[in-house]
Amino acid sequence: MKFDTDAIRSLIVGDKQADCVVPPSGFTAQLTLFAAGAMAFLAVFALALSLASGRLAAQWGDELARTSTIRIVAPADERAAQTDAALRVLKTTTGVQSARALTDAEQQALLSPWFGSGIDLGSLPVPRLIEVVEHTTGFDAEGLRLRLAAEVRAAFLDDHTRWRAPLVKAANRLRLLAWIAILLIGLAVGAMVTLAANAALAANAQVVAVLRLVGATDRYIAEAFIRRFTIRAFIGAAVGMVLGMLAVLLLPSASDDAGFLTGLGFQGAGWLTPLLIPIMAGGVALLATRVASRKALEALR
Amino acid sequence: MGTRVIELENVAYSYGGGELLSDISIKLAPGSFYFLTGPSGAGKTTLLKLCYGALLPTAGQVRILGNDVRNLNRDDVAMMRRKVGVVHQDVKFLDHLSVADNIALPLTVSGRQNEADGADLGELLAWVGLTHRAAGLPPELSGGERQRAALARAVIMSPDVVLADEPTGNVDWEMSQRLLRLLIELNKMGKTVLIATHDLSLIRAAKSEVQARVLRISSRRLQLAGADL
Repeated sequence: MKFDTDAIRSLIVGDKQADCVVPPSGFTAQLTLFAAGAMAFLAVFALALSLASGRLAAQWGDELARTSTIRIVAPADERAAQTDAALRVLKTTTGVQSARALTDAEQQALLSPWFGSGIDLGSLPVPRLIEVVEHTTGFDAEGLRLRLAAEVRAAFLDDHTRWRAPLVKAANRLRLLAWIAILLIGLAVGAMVTLAANAALAANAQVVAVLRLVGATDRYIAEAFIRRFTIRAFIGAAVGMVLGMLAVLLLPSASDDAGFLTGLGFQGAGWLTPLLIPIMAGGVALLATRVASRKALEALR
Repeated sequence: MGTRVIELENVAYSYGGGELLSDISIKLAPGSFYFLTGPSGAGKTTLLKLCYGALLPTAGQVRILGNDVRNLNRDDVAMMRRKVGVVHQDVKFLDHLSVADNIALPLTVSGRQNEADGADLGELLAWVGLTHRAAGLPPELSGGERQRAALARAVIMSPDVVLADEPTGNVDWEMSQRLLRLLIELNKMGKTVLIATHDLSLIRAAKSEVQARVLRISSRRLQLAGADL
């Protein structure tokens, strides 16, 4: 598509006379303003969801990829010895940065959501857990499994692959859904602006006919409408964006107690991304009005 | 432009399966004055529309200011309309703009707004007797005032030719004479004038003041009317 600098300049600078020639659009202008505002508000949330789910996918992928767990499933009297043996094996394993057995308190904390606090681990057949942190280079999981099988028969390695993949996949799906939502919002803005522009053009059919008869070019007539709807969509989207950002800002902040939803929001430079929403809304309105006005004008000679 | 302002050659126009005009040929010379007459429904308005490019002929050739209308793109049509003043039978104005702004509309849309603010518009308003109505809105105008405003709008770009479709159709005799005088004045300034009318008394009144040719549409064809008028 040709980059028409004149069109963009005239859109920004405007033409007071051309703007006066087309009468006020009444409800269609308000409809555009409201629709763009509401859609921008929703788009902020979709964008926040997309960015948050992206962060989550990266976080889950990164953190879980770099940690593994070893379960020591042994009778209570052998558990300590088996744990020490496993730790010795891990110390000599290339790619393992650190390894430590979880304390009773830590294991109790892990089980407390299901069994409540104050449980006696000694009375339950709960395996001892060893947390393994990898170097960035990683370790040979299959080789470690074989060594553990040979030297510590009660130890079982879980490198999180089995359940990490669906989590990351879910987060990526969520991000994709958010982008689809943004796309649909953009299309909905386009559809509403097209409807509003068509209504305005139909309501001003006589004005358009008179303008053609006195020698106005299609571009002159179309730009009067395009400018009007583009500016309205931009302003409406800007207001919706500010309100959406305020709403995101007022959401509870992320914490250990809160779940995924409290992490919904923007971080760092991510706060600048919603600024694209009014620009996109203006662009969508410009294209939608241009198509609508071209169609309407082609019906006239 | 050549020696013809508007030229129709073997033009036919059909609509909805029926032929409205057939084998029409006219050549409007610069500075000439024409009446186009015929009964209601004979095709006067259609012929006028062909003369300013609002319709395309289904056969034959229409040349406006030397250009074949079939070769004009939409921008060319817009430019051509700035050189051909048209007074429509059902005058259309932009009701939210003042009478002065409506008259200046051709200047506005062609980017010559500064001229619309100048003395020329005042002179034009005085010429058509609408100075006192300049700030009013079109719905406040009487039938005769609307026609005069339409005439002022048609000539504000100093067109080479003025086409008027039943300009006196909705006004009384006195007002029709006033409008006729304005059109004759335009012709005396060198403009080509073509008036479509079914009012034969208007033609008779004009013939005493201007050398006018009368064209009559009858049975879809154009004839040069005789001395019976």
